[in-house]
Amino acid sequence: MEPFVAELAQVEVEYGASGLALGPVDLALSPGEITALVGPSGCGKSTALRLLAGLESPTRGEVRRTARRGESAVVFQAPTLAPWLSARDNVALPLELSGVARREARTRAEAALARVGLAGAAGARPAQLSGGMAMRVSLARALVTEPRLLLLDEPFAALDEITRRALADDVLRLWAETRPAIVFVTHSVEEAVYMASRVVVFSRGPGRIAGEMSVAGPTPRPEGFRTTAGFRASVEAVSTVLAKGMEAPA
Amino acid sequence: MKRLADILAPLVLIIALLGAWEAACRLLEVPAYFLPAPSAVAASLWADAPTLATSAYNTLAMALAALILASLSAQALALLVALSPILERAIKPLAVVLQVTPVVAIAPLVVIWAGIDNPERAIIALAALVAFFPIFSGAITGLKAADPDLERLFDLYGAGRVKRLVRLRLPSAVPFLLEGHKVAAGLALIGAVVAEFVAGSGGAQGLAWRILEAGNRLQTARMFAALVVLGLMGALLYAGLARLERSGLRWWRGR
Repeated sequence: MEPFVAELAQVEVEYGASGLALGPVDLALSPGEITALVGPSGCGKSTALRLLAGLESPTRGEVRRTARRGESAVVFQAPTLAPWLSARDNVALPLELSGVARREARTRAEAALARVGLAGAAGARPAQLSGGMAMRVSLARALVTEPRLLLLDEPFAALDEITRRALADDVLRLWAETRPAIVFVTHSVEEAVYMASRVVVFSRGPGRIAGEMSVAGPTPRPEGFRTTAGFRASVEAVSTVLAKGMEAPA
Repeated sequence: MKRLADILAPLVLIIALLGAWEAACRLLEVPAYFLPAPSAVAASLWADAPTLATSAYNTLAMALAALILASLSAQALALLVALSPILERAIKPLAVVLQVTPVVAIAPLVVIWAGIDNPERAIIALAALVAFFPIFSGAITGLKAADPDLERLFDLYGAGRVKRLVRLRLPSAVPFLLEGHKVAAGLALIGAVVAEFVAGSGGAQGLAWRILEAGNRLQTARMFAALVVLGLMGALLYAGLARLERSGLRWWRGR
């Protein structure tokens, strides 16, 4: 097995006149690992995610990827479903764009919808779905190609707490089925610690990695994991690094 | 209850205004060539009904032909522009110049080109010119209005230009196209009437021609009768297109 799925090596990103936005950053993703990127707004964690996806190119440094085109998938902040397509056709879209025949794409899309618990909503349009359901369709669309690298850009930001927690458990359960490498961008330290086995903390101005720690415990998380001493300790540790990063001189 | 009020409120106002108009004409003994009473207009509507119907049909047919012509050409050109950024840069300034030039100013030229014997052609061309822009700019805006994250999704799976156009940009443009057609339909009617005025007598016998003819003879009641028909037709056309837009959007969104 390759040592990494995707890797940022001394990567820097500049946006025009606004100067250095990110970097230099080194970050390697091992196969099957769940990594959370946390940090304040504008720290470049979403930029790092787009670099890993190959949706953006670095100004300096190198992005190495062993995951080929079609082997990485992104779930965006909003569900970003096409309103004119049914849930099934939305999920089938990545397959069809990769050249899979329509009939097979639809069959696989229905299977992917079943995996996220939406077998009954295949024919529904996005406007008929709740926020949580739309996000699940978006997740199914990312999973349908069975990616080796799954990138989640604050996917639950717009949802209520109960839906967020349910979806977090769904993601971990789905991860256990095929074990892709997951990168997960979030504002929430608790969510990062709950989801990830490795938490990378970003600091602002320009975005750099302020610290990194691993989270012990089984995945998917057992019931009551959020109340364990280990969980609380990890949240405290990440919060401390995060606070230090916020103080860092601009 | 609210719907009833929606219908009743304007109806009451119209009846009140007509009543005041009728009373003023009778009490002040206004000459009929200056301002005919509503009753005279109604009588004229009744008497002219057959010719007015034919004229209304002529104007509507020309406006609809113009709308179809504008729709096809505007969408075809917008597609070309969407596929080639260079073409967009080349065409846009020209389109703006053409758009801000008043149609009345271009009309005599078009009448010459279409040939004095073919006023319908000139009228359709001019009305199409007016109806072209809302559809063209709607299509251009719509083809660029796709969700940027959906664009990224298409990047991620390596979709080419044509696939992106067919699977993403065209469907994203549908609401803008519907809105553009709604506006264009009203403009096509206005364009047809304006062009008829410019094309002048002896040509297509639309409603504008009826107004001109009656005006030349100082038959003011008949002018009003033609105006009433024109106003009603415009309102009906707009209402029909607004309904089409609503059901089109429902189909697009799935509810």
